[in-house]
Amino acid sequence: MDRLTFTLNGNPVAVSARPVERLSRVLREDCGARDVKVGCDAGDCGACTVLVDGAPACACLTPAGRVEGRRVETQAGLAASDPVARRLAEAFLAHGAAQCGICTPGMMVAATALLRAIPAPDEAQVSDALGGVLCRCTGYRKIIDAVVAAGGPARPAPFVSGAVGTPLPRLDGAAKVEGREAFGDDVAPAGTLELRVIRSPFARAGFTFGDLDGFVAAHPGIVAVLTARDVPGKNAFGVIPGFEDQPVFAEAEALFRGDAVAAVVGTPEAMATFHPERFPVRWEERAPALTPGEAKAEGSALLHTNRAGNVMTGGRVCRGDADAALSRADVVVEGRFRSGFVEHAYIEPEAGYAVARDGRVEVHACTQAPVMDQEALAKILGLPMDRVRIVPTAVGGGFGSKLDLSMQPFLAIAALKTGQPVRITYSRGESMASTTKRHPSDIRLRIGASKDGRISGFDFFGTFNTGAYASWGPTVANRVPVHASGPYRVADYRAISEGIYTNNPPAGAFRGFGVPQSAIAQEVLFDELAERLGLDPLEFRLRNVLENGTPTVCGQVFAQGVGIGACLRALRPAWDRERAETARFNAANEVLKRGVGLAAGWYGCGNTSLPNPSTIKAGIRADGRILLHQGAMDIGQGANTVIAQIFAEALGVPVGALHLVGPDTDVTPDAGKTSASRQTFVSGNAARLSGLALRAEILRHANAGEDAELTFGPGVIEVRGPAGTHRIDLATLAPDAEGYVLTARETYDPPTKPLDANGQGEPYAQFGYAAHLVVVEVDTALGLVRPLGFTAAHDVGRAINPLLVAGQVEGGIAQGLGMALMEEYIPGRTENLHDYLIPTIGDVPPVETIIVEEADAHGPFGAKGLGEHVLIPTAPAILNAIRHATGARIRQVPATPDRVLAAIREARE
Amino acid sequence: MTLSRPGTLADALRLLAEQPLPVIAGGTDFYPARQGRPLPEAALDLSGIEGLRGIARDAAGWRIGAATTWTEIAEADLPPAFDALRAAAREVGSIQIQNAGTIAGNLCNASPAADGVPPLLTLDAVVECASLAGVRRLALSDFLLGPRKTALLPGELVSAILVPDLPADARAAFRKLGSRRYLVISIAMVAVLIVPDARGRVAAARVAVGATAPVARRLPAVEAALVGRPLAPALAATPFGDAALAPLAPIDDVRASAAYRQVAVLELVRRAIADLAGAFDG
Repeated sequence: MDRLTFTLNGNPVAVSARPVERLSRVLREDCGARDVKVGCDAGDCGACTVLVDGAPACACLTPAGRVEGRRVETQAGLAASDPVARRLAEAFLAHGAAQCGICTPGMMVAATALLRAIPAPDEAQVSDALGGVLCRCTGYRKIIDAVVAAGGPARPAPFVSGAVGTPLPRLDGAAKVEGREAFGDDVAPAGTLELRVIRSPFARAGFTFGDLDGFVAAHPGIVAVLTARDVPGKNAFGVIPGFEDQPVFAEAEALFRGDAVAAVVGTPEAMATFHPERFPVRWEERAPALTPGEAKAEGSALLHTNRAGNVMTGGRVCRGDADAALSRADVVVEGRFRSGFVEHAYIEPEAGYAVARDGRVEVHACTQAPVMDQEALAKILGLPMDRVRIVPTAVGGGFGSKLDLSMQPFLAIAALKTGQPVRITYSRGESMASTTKRHPSDIRLRIGASKDGRISGFDFFGTFNTGAYASWGPTVANRVPVHASGPYRVADYRAISEGIYTNNPPAGAFRGFGVPQSAIAQEVLFDELAERLGLDPLEFRLRNVLENGTPTVCGQVFAQGVGIGACLRALRPAWDRERAETARFNAANEVLKRGVGLAAGWYGCGNTSLPNPSTIKAGIRADGRILLHQGAMDIGQGANTVIAQIFAEALGVPVGALHLVGPDTDVTPDAGKTSASRQTFVSGNAARLSGLALRAEILRHANAGEDAELTFGPGVIEVRGPAGTHRIDLATLAPDAEGYVLTARETYDPPTKPLDANGQGEPYAQFGYAAHLVVVEVDTALGLVRPLGFTAAHDVGRAINPLLVAGQVEGGIAQGLGMALMEEYIPGRTENLHDYLIPTIGDVPPVETIIVEEADAHGPFGAKGLGEHVLIPTAPAILNAIRHATGARIRQVPATPDRVLAAIREARE
Repeated sequence: MTLSRPGTLADALRLLAEQPLPVIAGGTDFYPARQGRPLPEAALDLSGIEGLRGIARDAAGWRIGAATTWTEIAEADLPPAFDALRAAAREVGSIQIQNAGTIAGNLCNASPAADGVPPLLTLDAVVECASLAGVRRLALSDFLLGPRKTALLPGELVSAILVPDLPADARAAFRKLGSRRYLVISIAMVAVLIVPDARGRVAAARVAVGATAPVARRLPAVEAALVGRPLAPALAATPFGDAALAPLAPIDDVRASAAYRQVAVLELVRRAIADLAGAFDG
């Protein structure tokens, strides 16, 4: 340990630290500067960017000893006192440039350095300056806008009432732009015991432990080793009933590279020098089944003895007679489409800490599903539910993977065993190796059409590689056949899916649950059908588009709310304009070719034919404060803002009058998981009902009519109606056990009906709809594809908050673009953010968002879900644009330069 | 745990002679290699040695201090022959990486995809290696032996990169190919340097490509094809075929297939030459 002195945000600091240690760790753990975020420890993500003597540096690449005597600035310090950073903070908030907020410190610090050097930068200068910071939520466009605006003339922020339909800046945004937001790794006290998981280095391996007690005894500072024997309850978890097949610690065999077999707990000092290779375990590598083909082959070892043929489960939707319709079709196209694992790549790795006290265990961690975590942990720990408390931290991106348990069981078991608080942050490599992925897909699809351009027969078979454990694999298997038609009228339809276990990381939930994969096959073949029929691709889609009153492939008929036709029609002006412009461009260019592509998508909001309730509670204190227990996890998408806007509108108060209480399971009821595009719809409805109920309760006390206006003051509610004003003196009301004098708690569960053996029924109460158009430029000599601009039409029923809608759309498009062009996770080879590529700020072009509001009778104020819809059409639109530009047929994503060039050459032969 | 931060090269060499310490220059390779693993007990930090930084000119040519960062190179006032090196400097990782990463670190890390190597090969760069025993000078192509393998001996540090003087009218171009805009490891990259003669023809040409062989390579057949050709505009049409790529041995990896690299590198070479044809024309 050396004594290290430097200036941190203008204040002299002197700490005792290891000088070889990363500056990021010393700033966070020794200086309390937890606004410095750690996303990769490798300079790949830029989240830890700080200024050293004014120059941007990745704190994770800087030896702490090197800042001796120098000046270090971080986001919190800058936002507090630097006028440039203050302007940036305001602009980030106003533009919605911070969603989850985990990249915001890196972005703002890098942008501060830029604005100091170039006070009014243009877009290119902003991109160059922020190119070293990755964001997975926003799609970067709003970040560029915010930085350009911060360098522009000062403009007073326009007044936004916050009413439903207004672009209210996110209510939880100030903490994110000021460096105060606390994520999974930001809440444990310094000095907390640290945990390290021992994971299989092989895709399939037996293992035997050496002398574990001897290991602990021989290593001062190591306080415990955990294995399957330490799991107090059931050593199995999973998110779908009947598929709880993942152990906390493997017992006999590790089933994928990254499978946990043990954990080591020790002091920070001991863990800093702990070499996992020295852990006493002997591996016996066994032959893995890495593909569904290998896993299904006769004689292949079963991953789970109750799943014959390694088939996890399947799904099926059949309607009409697909074979007959295909045989009478005038034109039939077919194709085999493949995709690989896609990594969620949120910038916040899984992190948290657990503490055991008074016979209970508390887990403070990032999650998308606090009550599911609570239920699963109770089983693992052998404790009743009320002895497990989940206190979610802010979530630095989720996109589906943080629906599953990851570090929580290790932490809870360790806290119970040691009696001390225990923390962990997954390293980037560990996060990528061990947590869920998007399912690789292998889809065969045939679609027929009649000469007049009507679909005649649709035959889909999709194999999904679900990895070693089920996770959300059954959901993917069920969802895909329901959605594979796209938002079209397909009378004769057969869609069958299968999920196959392999020795890979578990594939689970990722924005779209398999639908983005199936949409690629369907929408690409639709373009081929249109071409064979000599029809304009947009016109072909409109001829088949789903409308009010026409049955879906499940036989579900929506009398209202089907907005896909409106979305497609909204693209018509851009479609006509861009097709004409690309024709002109292509006539003048040989090597560079441009193309325009479009694709549509739909997604059913909420669980598929299963109960899916959300409960929202609110109460009024005697002092007049309104507390909203907002249990819908905000993972950056904006539930804290949208749910509050809906509740406030229903109650009849300004949203600013609300105080939000977070999703702590001790105080806030279950608003379900943040998944399946359900929070605005389902929790939004619960919030609306809760707001209405609380309003009714107030009106009852005042004996006032429904149109009365409410005004909250200290200790009093004024209820103004035609008959006069009534004052409710809140001090006269008896508070309940929680201190509320008035309270409401309402639940909403979307009406659905079960699916029969042929998938016929009513799987969802509502769908949301989307259509994307993209212009791409293809370098035909190198196979490089550069999207130049998107036009995205989304039917959201009612945009509760248009600013957040645009944020979802832009961020979803960036993820769809990544899936289309660059992202493929290969176990053991791309376990970092420089071999696994996600789009940077220079890769996402402008996005024009067109909001279509086809109100839905079930939605709160007509609103529909949006979270998944935003990336479903993106990848097929890009592939269709590449085809339009070059004739290349791409059947496998990502469309990397080598694949694109090969397809271009094939098309030319 | 100690971090030795000597102020002179001599002190650094003495420390290194006492014990084989891991060396930190920019830190941009040192720390990523240890992600999720313990850091060493001790290391040698070269960033405090003033004499290792900066670019200077002497009678023989240019001397780039080993610990000169990519940002310093990008911002340095250098003749046009260095344009490819400066362009490469701006393409290394991100601004954060360019502010920390050093030119000698890029060489010592010996990645086949090191962005700095092709431009330095076209500059005929020499690597100066210092030890307590004295100084050795190695041609860059002799310094780089293979992936993660250099000719640096125990006890040695790179002290400078030496670039012989070039005619003032030499021009250079750099092309990098990657799957995204920033923070991207190259699929391939190309540097071309051309020295014109008084009659408007190519007097000398140097062409080097990276990420298509265990170490970046010069392409002598392409260089030979260029010599004697008129500078503009026909330079871009210089004929050379696949055989010119014989020194290369591209591999399949997560970024691209070998077959693709073979095609792409040829195209990049043509484009870099075309860039120069334009530069001479302009």
